[in-house]
Amino acid sequence: MSNFDFEIIGRSLGYLFFEGMRFTLTLTFLAAIGGVILGTGLAIIRLSGGRVLSAVAAGYVNLVRALPLVLVIFWFYFLVPYLGQWLTGSSRPIHVGGFASALITFIVFEAAYFSEIMRAGIASIPRGQAAAGLALGLTPLQSMRYVILPQVFRIMLPVLLTQTIVLFQDTSLVYVLSITDFLGAASKIAQRDGRLVEMYSFAALVYFIVSFAASRGVQRLRALIAVPR
Amino acid sequence: MSSTAEPVIRIEHVTKSYTSGMPVLRDVSLTVARGEVVVVCGPSGSGKSTLIKCVNALEPIQQGRITVDGEQVGGKGVNLPRLRARVGMVFQHFELFPHMRVLDNLCLAQCKVLGRSRQEAESRSEALLDRVGLKAFAGKHPGQLSGGQQQRVAIARALAMDPVVMLFDEATSALDPEMVSEVLDVMVELARSGMTMMVVTHEMGFARKVAHRVVFMDQGEVVEDSPTTVFFEGAQSPRARQFLSKILTY
Repeated sequence: MSNFDFEIIGRSLGYLFFEGMRFTLTLTFLAAIGGVILGTGLAIIRLSGGRVLSAVAAGYVNLVRALPLVLVIFWFYFLVPYLGQWLTGSSRPIHVGGFASALITFIVFEAAYFSEIMRAGIASIPRGQAAAGLALGLTPLQSMRYVILPQVFRIMLPVLLTQTIVLFQDTSLVYVLSITDFLGAASKIAQRDGRLVEMYSFAALVYFIVSFAASRGVQRLRALIAVPR
Repeated sequence: MSSTAEPVIRIEHVTKSYTSGMPVLRDVSLTVARGEVVVVCGPSGSGKSTLIKCVNALEPIQQGRITVDGEQVGGKGVNLPRLRARVGMVFQHFELFPHMRVLDNLCLAQCKVLGRSRQEAESRSEALLDRVGLKAFAGKHPGQLSGGQQQRVAIARALAMDPVVMLFDEATSALDPEMVSEVLDVMVELARSGMTMMVVTHEMGFARKVAHRVVFMDQGEVVEDSPTTVFFEGAQSPRARQFLSKILTY
């Protein structure tokens, strides 16, 4: 044990958390929000859009879910500058930072999963609820917005948050783009000081604590938000 | 605005079938005049529930025409949400919004569809909750109410839109027996106040008490359409007589 130097952790805490963890949490939070919004849109299109639109949405979801996340991360990182060039009509590939690229990737990727969760949630609401909304004169979109979705979010919040915990762990994959997320930060120090065992053990411990605490929190929440029917 | 002679609901030669199999409605014609209470009865599967859902386009029709208050349901240029807002509907399973307080259930469409201010909607809602005897429950969630209370709230919610006609789709069928009468009481009071009503129900006591006409349906067709007393004293068709003898025996 004398060969291990755990003080390295104490000396690098500031860097690990203020640089690394801050990036990880920001990315997780924004990707979750974006993913839920895009995923909800996809779910609504699949359930009530026309035949063509819903086939497009279904194709998207099935495609993304069949690809490894690392591949999508790479793919977007190299493709987005060209996509931006094409969209803006500029003469050179536009510069997209690692954060923007990672964020877009995770939103696009997670939306596929969130959309399946939302689709299951919408399908679980009795059809009579939408009928009641329509009968009162609400438009289909108003009925979705005021009657169906608030119920879906309440029912599905624990599942959405659990998926967000998975997302929190998955964000560590941005390290393939040499981005300094929490794992990236730990990795950099580990390589620099040759303290691989200490740093990776510490990183594992932190991921475990955050994820475990969050999922316990979700269980508590589940009991709190149950809607009496 | 339509004249008083024009019926509030006019159903003309409506035929409806699902993608496969027998038509559920066959050449159904029926009118409900202003201030009239029409009870629609018949064995289950006779199409009566489907028919009432066609009136506010919750179910599409393939042939025929339905006009409500002079406007054709599903017609070109007719604003369907606006038309539905003038048709109150009460469902078998109440369909209150479980995530909203009772008061918000009543206010939602008043604010979003009719554009009433929150204050206006609330005072209208409170008056209607008072009318159905549930003013004290405004702040509760539907799940905290009994079935009978929920259905009375649902009636108040429909009334809050100031509808020209009220549709009742087996409004008491899902209730425990001891709660049926509290809902029927509200419906009777409503009928006596002059509300135009189309009521799908098995409650023949209600029909006798307040209905002007009784329509009997079987296998997707209107078999009998008679004034209430005529229907109960001497229904013309054997099928209606058979139905009556079965449900009035007990």
